[in-house]
Amino acid sequence: MDKDNKKELKVAALKDGTVIDHIPSDKLFKVISILKLEECKCQMTFGFNLDSHKIGKKGIIKVSEKFLRQDEVNKVAVLAPNAKINIIKDYEVIEKKTLELPNEFIGSMKCMNPKCITNNEPMASKFITIDKEKGLFKCHYCERVVKSEDLIIE
Amino acid sequence: MSVKSLVSISDYSKEKILQILDKAAAFEKNPNQKILDGKVVATLFFEPSTRTRLSFETAVNRLGGRVIGFADASTTSGTKGETLKDTIKMVSNYVDLIVMRNPIEGAARYASEISNVPVINAGDGANQHPTQTMLDLYSIKKTQGRLDNLNICMVGDLKYGRTVHSLIMAMSHFNPTFTFIAPDELKLPEQHKMFCKSQGIKFEEHSELNEQNIADTDILYMTRVQKERFTDLFEYEKVKNVYILKNSLLEHTKPNLKILHPLPRVNEIEQEVDENEKAYYFQQAKNGVYARQAVICDLLGL
Repeated sequence: MDKDNKKELKVAALKDGTVIDHIPSDKLFKVISILKLEECKCQMTFGFNLDSHKIGKKGIIKVSEKFLRQDEVNKVAVLAPNAKINIIKDYEVIEKKTLELPNEFIGSMKCMNPKCITNNEPMASKFITIDKEKGLFKCHYCERVVKSEDLIIE
Repeated sequence: MSVKSLVSISDYSKEKILQILDKAAAFEKNPNQKILDGKVVATLFFEPSTRTRLSFETAVNRLGGRVIGFADASTTSGTKGETLKDTIKMVSNYVDLIVMRNPIEGAARYASEISNVPVINAGDGANQHPTQTMLDLYSIKKTQGRLDNLNICMVGDLKYGRTVHSLIMAMSHFNPTFTFIAPDELKLPEQHKMFCKSQGIKFEEHSELNEQNIADTDILYMTRVQKERFTDLFEYEKVKNVYILKNSLLEHTKPNLKILHPLPRVNEIEQEVDENEKAYYFQQAKNGVYARQAVICDLLGL
């Protein structure tokens, strides 16, 4: 077994499921939390503080038998826009998903402004993506602009 | 729901703004008309605002319409736990147009999405108050003869002052140069500076209200430093008397300069300035009736 393969094996191989790679280490546990993986019955492996050429220290998530819905992919895109999502079938990568922020988010994020109508009425929140590169979002209702790190993802 | 409403000044294009201002000028010439005969307008004020409510009600009454509503949320079923949605659903069955003031930000946008009739935002917390902006624009155009290429100096609470934020947005169509004068605690938020930069709008920031900083100003837009905005009253005491406009400060300003203020004023403009020919804030408030008549008729397609 060559050196590279040994490195690979730090995280268990996956037969069918999803690999989320290149998550900045400090975002790993947040990604786990927003995807509610702790409630999931399937097998999973997390890698934390792994060496990465690109981002220094990275995290990785491998989940068996789980495939992300688009709204879940969108949430990952807000937290870790440079993460890579691979879909695995029978040990092979059958699909690579590139993350892109959608133009709007309905219901998946909470406005930080306590005086916003979305925090005062039984209703869905709505955010408009105003700058994909800088990760800036505007609440459709109270019109406050927030950075991705300040968003509360539900 | 695709009913036309006015929630935010950004709902209006440059063309629309100019069209409304022309309409307002026509109402100033002839404010008493029977255009709204048979129409009922609701003024729903979940937070008291005497000036704005009376201005809207005057606008409707002078056009022959009738007004229902409330001036204080304590008399509504909101106090029984009714949602805004239910209140709006009910009222929009009764009337032709809703004017709403609500301390909750985004309440007007939400109301416009569930109402069967147009909604005019008469202020939603620190967010938007678009008819105030329309009357500010009307006052600027009327006193300067144009909206383009003006030097506009804004003074006071630039952090929380929604009239300031909306006016910046609206003036961005007309190549303004801004001077922002505020204490550090109340400086214009980054969001709005970024907006100016993205639109190529020139601006400078100062923390002192002095002759030099207003030497080129055409419009001096004063705002009240609001006590209720401060969590730390010590900070309020430090800044409350810093930006007071006196006649002596105005001596060397441009002859066409006009002083605007969204009112109510506390002490940021000395009483002596009221008699100065550069003071325009009371006429500005009067212009509000014409601007609101124009907005109401536009939304009703009249």
